[in-house]
Amino acid sequence: MSQNADKPQSYQWIGSSPIRPDGIDKVTGRANFGADHNLPGMLHGKILRSPIAHGIIKSIDLSAALALPGVFAAICRDDFPDHTTVSGVSAGEAPADLADIAYNIMARDKVLYHGHAVAAVAASSAEIAAAALKLVVVEYEELTPVLNLDAASASDAPILHSNQFTQGLPEKPSSPSNIASVLNFKRGDIEKGFAEADVIIEQQYTTPTAHQGYIEPHAVTASCNEDGRANVWCCTQGPFVVRSLTASVLDWDVGRIKVTPSEIGGGFGGKTVVYLEPLAVKLAEKSSRPVKMVMSREEVFRATGPTSASRSHVKLGADKNGKITAVEIKIECEAGAFKGAPVGPACMTALACYDLENFAISGYDIVVNKPKAAAYRAPGAPLSAFAIESAVDEAAKKLQLDPVDFRLNNAAKKGTVAPYGAKFPVIGLVETLEAAKAHPHYSAPLGPNQGRGIASGFWFNVGMQSSAAININENGTATVITANPDIGGSRASMALMAAEALGIPYDKINAIVADTESSGYSDVTGGSRTTFATGKAVIQTAEKIIDELRTRAAALWKIETEQVEWKDGKAHPIAGANVDKPPFSLEDLSRSAAKTGGPISARASLTAQGAGAGFGTHICDVEVDPETGKTQIIRYTAIQDAGKAIHRAYVEGQLQGGATQGIGWALNEEYVFDDRGVMQNPGFLDYRMPVALDLPMIDTVIVEVPNPSHPYGVRGVGETPIVPPLGAVANAIDSATNTRIRDLPISPPKLLKALTSV
Amino acid sequence: MSKTHVTTTINGEATEFLCSTQQTLLDVLRDDLQLTGTKEGCASGDCGACSVLMDGAPICSCLTLGVEVEGKKVETIEGVANGGELHPLQQSFLENAALQCGICTPGFIIAAKALLEKNPDPSETEVRYWLSGNLCRCTGYDKIIRAVLAAAKQMRGETA
Repeated sequence: MSQNADKPQSYQWIGSSPIRPDGIDKVTGRANFGADHNLPGMLHGKILRSPIAHGIIKSIDLSAALALPGVFAAICRDDFPDHTTVSGVSAGEAPADLADIAYNIMARDKVLYHGHAVAAVAASSAEIAAAALKLVVVEYEELTPVLNLDAASASDAPILHSNQFTQGLPEKPSSPSNIASVLNFKRGDIEKGFAEADVIIEQQYTTPTAHQGYIEPHAVTASCNEDGRANVWCCTQGPFVVRSLTASVLDWDVGRIKVTPSEIGGGFGGKTVVYLEPLAVKLAEKSSRPVKMVMSREEVFRATGPTSASRSHVKLGADKNGKITAVEIKIECEAGAFKGAPVGPACMTALACYDLENFAISGYDIVVNKPKAAAYRAPGAPLSAFAIESAVDEAAKKLQLDPVDFRLNNAAKKGTVAPYGAKFPVIGLVETLEAAKAHPHYSAPLGPNQGRGIASGFWFNVGMQSSAAININENGTATVITANPDIGGSRASMALMAAEALGIPYDKINAIVADTESSGYSDVTGGSRTTFATGKAVIQTAEKIIDELRTRAAALWKIETEQVEWKDGKAHPIAGANVDKPPFSLEDLSRSAAKTGGPISARASLTAQGAGAGFGTHICDVEVDPETGKTQIIRYTAIQDAGKAIHRAYVEGQLQGGATQGIGWALNEEYVFDDRGVMQNPGFLDYRMPVALDLPMIDTVIVEVPNPSHPYGVRGVGETPIVPPLGAVANAIDSATNTRIRDLPISPPKLLKALTSV
Repeated sequence: MSKTHVTTTINGEATEFLCSTQQTLLDVLRDDLQLTGTKEGCASGDCGACSVLMDGAPICSCLTLGVEVEGKKVETIEGVANGGELHPLQQSFLENAALQCGICTPGFIIAAKALLEKNPDPSETEVRYWLSGNLCRCTGYDKIIRAVLAAAKQMRGETA
């Protein structure tokens, strides 16, 4: 669709910021989140987790636990099929390996990280369940844990998976490896490019393991009926993914499982996968009672989600005219216990902001005895962007060029062939850089110990599959039904798009999130795809409703459908139809629906194509306390091309929230492991996420370069904002202190050490 | 194990419950009294999602035992609205888009209510300081701080 070009860009509802449909429930405590669902006769399930990071499970004895009064079921690896066949299943934003997913949910031959699930019990109270776990007897043969990239890649490294052979090599290797895969892509001639450079930056940049940090721990309630069907209530970004993965792990038909998504207390990618659901269903099946499982915060840290630690080796050459002549980057990522670090997107996004003739990119997906990495907001992109945006800043400084001008000199634009092969259609990177330069923040004076950093970032955004339905109620109001959990105001966006398309007021529309049996299939809320792809399905559905309304009006007027037009929320006979009647409102037509063909409803399902690439540029000011090494963010501006902001305030919110997560990652957040692979800071006191006092107001600038593939021009917005901050903060600290830190987080002791060793 | 009988006031209503001596107030509220608006984010007093008011002071209900509210007045998110009328903070959170996922919202509203009762005209820094015991992972706090400042202004009778 290219209707944006010739369509007036004035909207009645799009771009406003009304109160969300689910708002009242969320400010009054009525909204039901994952842990808020209870059923009569419900049991409480708990998980026994591995006390060691690497070992062979020699035996598991559940008998004493089962004998404890109040215990109704206990399960371990023996209760699950062994998925030895390696098959791809749909999981969140990327294909995943069923064998790995099942193994991660319940350990089989080995435990592969401290916290790996080994057994689970269901009991009449949480206290009895906890007591039962102490009665489970597990015999381990402890193995040496592999805890970092070098240890994993060493020639004599203990091997986590004896059936894992490095993918992506010219020939299949003869022995198994902890390096799951290698990928390479390049263009041009980097040697020639480096020869043309006046300045070469060659450095190594590292990022730590970090967690999504959603405030709501994973939670599920499951019940099994005597007919073999299961009901699952849980907090998830994708109810259909929960259905599919739970069925696959249990080797059940998906038709036996109904998943009802609760409200979701944050996810950021970490709730696109399953941990508890197959265990809860199995415990419910074995006990014939509903089972509720809620993770503790410690379990969330030890056994879910984190994103990969990474090490990037960058060589970047630029000439004195400010042209980047060549870039070479090697990115190694810790996948955790199973392959699947976001190394692919880390490589593909690394250089996407730049129009380059010569580059070489390589990536390594490496398993270690740590929790399996899960998606985290623009998975992989912040890792490589930290390296590249730091190196670009270092080059600009050496060349004495303004860092915005240097980026503008080399910026990707329409027609640029991205490093991963796609040719960019119209994109808004240059517009964000120009907006940064024009922003008063960029030229504001700085005080002592203060500095300013800038960085850009890119995320693909995705389309994938979505469904929507609209029911017109008898009073002319509309219910919009989708199956994408609302993680940041998406119901408001769906209602706004439906209001715009139907031409009726926003407050006449209620948008809901349905279960897997009340909606057509939808992929996860993730990939910044919901407003784009599910929104497209909503708009298509509204267009079908309008066609139906025109037909109903035509029948009442006894003219042809083509002689009726829909505008301003009403059916009008066109000039020349010879109908001298007032227009029909949606309410008129819905009240007469019984006489004109019955209830008015429509649905649409699609695979959305043409997700618009999202680019952003952030400006960060810091003040560093030279006595403590503490960095305070004193001003921050996030600029991003949203294509078109549907709900303006929630787009601003995505920019502010993503920036803040990135700031936390840059300054404080990291998993600290001991030498046995035990995380030492599995709580919010020691895993230090930003609090209100750490931050200033986060200013936002929404640039709108419409995506031609969406009727209103929407690009995804949720993920891009976490990509620039890591580099922006490091660049600002260098600007303030003339000290370059290439190893995140830039915590006070680390920075103080660097400042005092100069 | 024998349970203790507790007599208290919750959201203005005389309430009695039985609880074991190690049961937290949070678990009593959520599991026994079905007041699930109060959330558990960490169970260690670090996130503030379980904030309630005890005799007007904000506390972490995850660090408080059920038996400790004997004779006290407890206020939870369910008691913040006055019948069908939202509290100015609740209305301000909605109008300022101060929530994304909403899991932290009850705790923030409870904590902010305690602040404004103590200090009706806080500065931005005072609001940030007071709310630093409440974690939000979605918003970057910007719109939450604005919502609290706007509600304070309205409650002082100044037009927005």
